[in-house]
Amino acid sequence: MATARTFCLKCSLHLFKKGPNVGSIGTNVFMRQSNTLSPRLVDVHRHSKLLDENQTQDKADEILEVPRDFRFVHPEFMPPSLWYRRDKLTEYLERRDMYRRRSVMEIPEFYVGSIMAVTLADEYSPKKNSRFVGICIERRESGLRANFRLRNVVNGQGVEILYEMYNPLLQKIEVLKLEKRLDDQLLYLRDAPYEYSTFSFDLAPVPLPKASSVPVNTLKVKLNPRPWLQRWERAGLQGVEEFEVSEKQRIKAEKATTPWEKYDLMKKYRSGINEYDRGDIIQEFYKQTELNKPKTLKKKPLKQV
Amino acid sequence: MQHTTGMTTLLHNFSSLVMQTGPRQTFCTSGAMMEIRKLARMKIVDNSRIGREAAVAGRPPRVIHVYKKNSVGYLGDKIMVTVRGQKKRAYIVGCKQFQAPNVPKFDSNNIVLIEDNGQPTGTRIKVPVPSVLRKKKDGEFTKLLSLATRFKGPLWTSE
Repeated sequence: MATARTFCLKCSLHLFKKGPNVGSIGTNVFMRQSNTLSPRLVDVHRHSKLLDENQTQDKADEILEVPRDFRFVHPEFMPPSLWYRRDKLTEYLERRDMYRRRSVMEIPEFYVGSIMAVTLADEYSPKKNSRFVGICIERRESGLRANFRLRNVVNGQGVEILYEMYNPLLQKIEVLKLEKRLDDQLLYLRDAPYEYSTFSFDLAPVPLPKASSVPVNTLKVKLNPRPWLQRWERAGLQGVEEFEVSEKQRIKAEKATTPWEKYDLMKKYRSGINEYDRGDIIQEFYKQTELNKPKTLKKKPLKQV
Repeated sequence: MQHTTGMTTLLHNFSSLVMQTGPRQTFCTSGAMMEIRKLARMKIVDNSRIGREAAVAGRPPRVIHVYKKNSVGYLGDKIMVTVRGQKKRAYIVGCKQFQAPNVPKFDSNNIVLIEDNGQPTGTRIKVPVPSVLRKKKDGEFTKLLSLATRFKGPLWTSE
């Protein structure tokens, strides 16, 4: 494929006139989003000698002491787990917006398994906001797209709502009970009796003693009899009571396992977030959050039109 | 006359024996359709008599038409269903499929029946319906939403 190259003096980058969406690393060709530059091209610019003088001054600042489990407390600040989605420039810009949002609204520490309450601006509600209480069953994505899913049972009907953490419509995020469960995802609560996902809307916040680690709830959930929404026998669940598995299902589940993957070093390196990709995000986070701590917002009465 | 009815019931019993020799089929040979289209099974959540009968008989209503050009039903769309051998119109008030952020997703596909003149068949809605439905300013739809008067967060119910 013949691609016409132009040389941009200003940013010293090669711009591809034809097929700008295709970047290549080694022999693998992968599709990139049209609004991004390839990380390699951006790094050429970043490592240029002109920039080095300014960067060294920033790095000389005193290093803050940060907890080691930052990655698990604030996973949305980490680069995306898919290596080909990573783009340092957009990640930096998104993080900047995230700090700005955090300076207005407090986003507390929470985990899958915590019981939370979210207040959302809702024009179809008489109070103009709605508060939903539920257990966090899933936490996904990084950057401004970071979201979590709450589940509860209201009037005998299972309800789930997905909230985006940095959505400006969110007014308040409360953690009523901070705890973890044995699994990374609690989607199996959809196939469990309703008693496991029923929480009162009037639940008072359960205080946690200061400087105590996050408790792990070792509750074992009893799943409903089949049919299920997913083949849970293949998921390797910890927080579930033992269930019956037929011989055929057991053999098929065994076949579906990929025990060799833990020896695949390249895959591990790509899916994990190494020190180079992590960069100085942790330092940056603590600096930024100390600078702009959330101020208590004064409630202004809305004007009636 | 009596003889003929006796014959027909016998025939009916025989045919049902032939059709259902074992327990009712609990699996489906076709793949799961992740959206509400024709022949999707729904759940009636109002307190109408026909809905209760259908639930007792274990025969959920099936979609036979979606009043839309692309024939896929989403939250708040009007559909036609078959219940107990009758054609009924209904509104979708809860979906099982993934929803947009801030929109509730339910564990079942819920519908509320309406009559041909637009009046809801039942007098109460037993499960919560999302408040997002209130943005729909349809004449028939507002009648239906007037059944759900109490709110609990982003959800509205009759109880």
